[in-house]
Amino acid sequence: MGACLVIDRPGLFSSLQDFGRFGYQRFGISASGAMDSLSMQAANLLVGNGRGEATVELTMLGLSAVVEGGPLRLALAGADMALAINGTAADGWRAHHLAPGDRLEIGAARHGMRAYLAIAGGFDIAPTLGSRSTHSRSMIGGVDGRAVRAGDRLPARGESAGPLLALPAPYRPRGEGPIRVVLGPQDDFFTREGIATFLSARYRVSDKVDRMGAQMEGPAIAHAGGFNIVSDGIMNGSIQVPGNGRPLILLADRQTTGGYPKIATVIGPDLWRLGQARPGDEFAFTAVTAEAAALAAVEHERRIAAMAARMIECAPAGAALSSESLLAHNLIGGVCSALDPMSEP
Amino acid sequence: MKTAQALPPRLLDAGESGLVVEFGDTIDEQVNREVIALADALDALQLDGVCEIVPTYRSLLVLFDPLVLSREALRGHVLALWPPRADGRPSHGTRHGPSHGTGHGTWRVPVAYGGEHGVDLDHVARLHGLTTGEVIDLHSRAEYRVYMIGFAPGFAYLGGLDEAIHTSRRTDPRLKTPPRSISIGGRQAAVSPPLEIPSGWHLLGQTPVRTYDPTRAERPFLFAAGDTIRFTPVPQAEYAALCRAAEAGEIIAEWEPA
Repeated sequence: MGACLVIDRPGLFSSLQDFGRFGYQRFGISASGAMDSLSMQAANLLVGNGRGEATVELTMLGLSAVVEGGPLRLALAGADMALAINGTAADGWRAHHLAPGDRLEIGAARHGMRAYLAIAGGFDIAPTLGSRSTHSRSMIGGVDGRAVRAGDRLPARGESAGPLLALPAPYRPRGEGPIRVVLGPQDDFFTREGIATFLSARYRVSDKVDRMGAQMEGPAIAHAGGFNIVSDGIMNGSIQVPGNGRPLILLADRQTTGGYPKIATVIGPDLWRLGQARPGDEFAFTAVTAEAAALAAVEHERRIAAMAARMIECAPAGAALSSESLLAHNLIGGVCSALDPMSEP
Repeated sequence: MKTAQALPPRLLDAGESGLVVEFGDTIDEQVNREVIALADALDALQLDGVCEIVPTYRSLLVLFDPLVLSREALRGHVLALWPPRADGRPSHGTRHGPSHGTGHGTWRVPVAYGGEHGVDLDHVARLHGLTTGEVIDLHSRAEYRVYMIGFAPGFAYLGGLDEAIHTSRRTDPRLKTPPRSISIGGRQAAVSPPLEIPSGWHLLGQTPVRTYDPTRAERPFLFAAGDTIRFTPVPQAEYAALCRAAEAGEIIAEWEPA
């Protein structure tokens, strides 16, 4: 029996998520996957995993668990949730070694909405239809197709030994400015004024926000005619505008098809910001061309590569940092270029 | 096969990684045939960078990785396939989804009509001045085409419902309907997966068939867009036994390749 995390408090909604389940939307299966895939990838990189390994996505309030069966190396990234190991506060955005009997406690998010718990080697849970992402309405993925419960044992697949990496604050994801969208595919269902409203007003995340989507509040967007279409495909970030004129942004657990016109699509590189949005957060939207969006996707890949390159090895929690280890891992260089951390490939 | 009059599809943007290929804006068998023919042809190309293809009633959503395949190149491939072959070319085991493996064909689906299996059968009969037996006849004699799978895992939208039983949706949709329901709504019919789903359609019966089973490794989904479906009435008394067989892994529905 290898190492595992035994859950004793599951948190508000904790579920296994990876990049999502692709190839099955034509059969009515939502892709699901991490709501903030940028933080999920960071958590994986911190423990030496492939970027798309399944992590536990924690929502608003984290879980607590005890390590059994063997040592584990883990990291938490994403929303700022209080982390404690055996009752002692510990940092997010860095890896930690835990021994059998150690207790992990993750509290409420102080900023953001979702954090990602990765363990070295990933979770030893069989994928369903090519992914470990949980989609509770389809009853697939994760632990028996559902969110994590007290008493669940999440077994580790890999080797716990390995470096303890940390990502300095300047290189962590930051979201600023308007959310970028590509207009369409049904922008011709809206008046010119309606599109101007959408692109000039600020929209607030309502309390109707979850993994399926975010209902936004703000000025109504005027339709040119009707607001029913014959259902067609929906993607992550599709912005539907039903009869009430308020945008509804469809996210990871979206239905595969929908019957309201879609004014625009949030570009992939900006989706993670919606995954961290809380009710009351405000956003503006700005339109970019599909070509500019494709360039943004290239830039987004560079940011992830930069994040990986800027991870430094740190001493185990509690051990004093030696100047040799700091120099050896180029911490100084990292801090010096912090003014423009994402400018490098 | 329709070619000369058919307009080429509209190509619409859905973010940086989605291309919508739109053939029409109505529910129409010919439009749907064009969608599925193009989906099959595009599948067969096995293009690097195409992640997944989602055919719907009247359009195709192609999800692609812009780091691997440019929108312009994808548009070129799509337009080069126009007009698509209308012969329902099968797509064998592609990377873009667990396609049928056997091409399109006909499924015979057993249905227990009425009673607890179809609580709206009497209402539908009364509404149209028919007996329940006549509704069952009309529903089970028709040949249906799977226009689209969507809304819920394996939920099949069917065209081909006899006009005599076209029935507007309920004004108060149900938050939960029984798993495996056989229903009608407007001009359409549907087969539910073995899940409780919300629906405003009228429930005529239930099938023992599990159209969706994620643990059935070789065939998690029975139906695909473009398949034909025929319903066979079975006595309510046999329903429980057929369900047990289905739970034990039997497919129950009979398959005839085209």
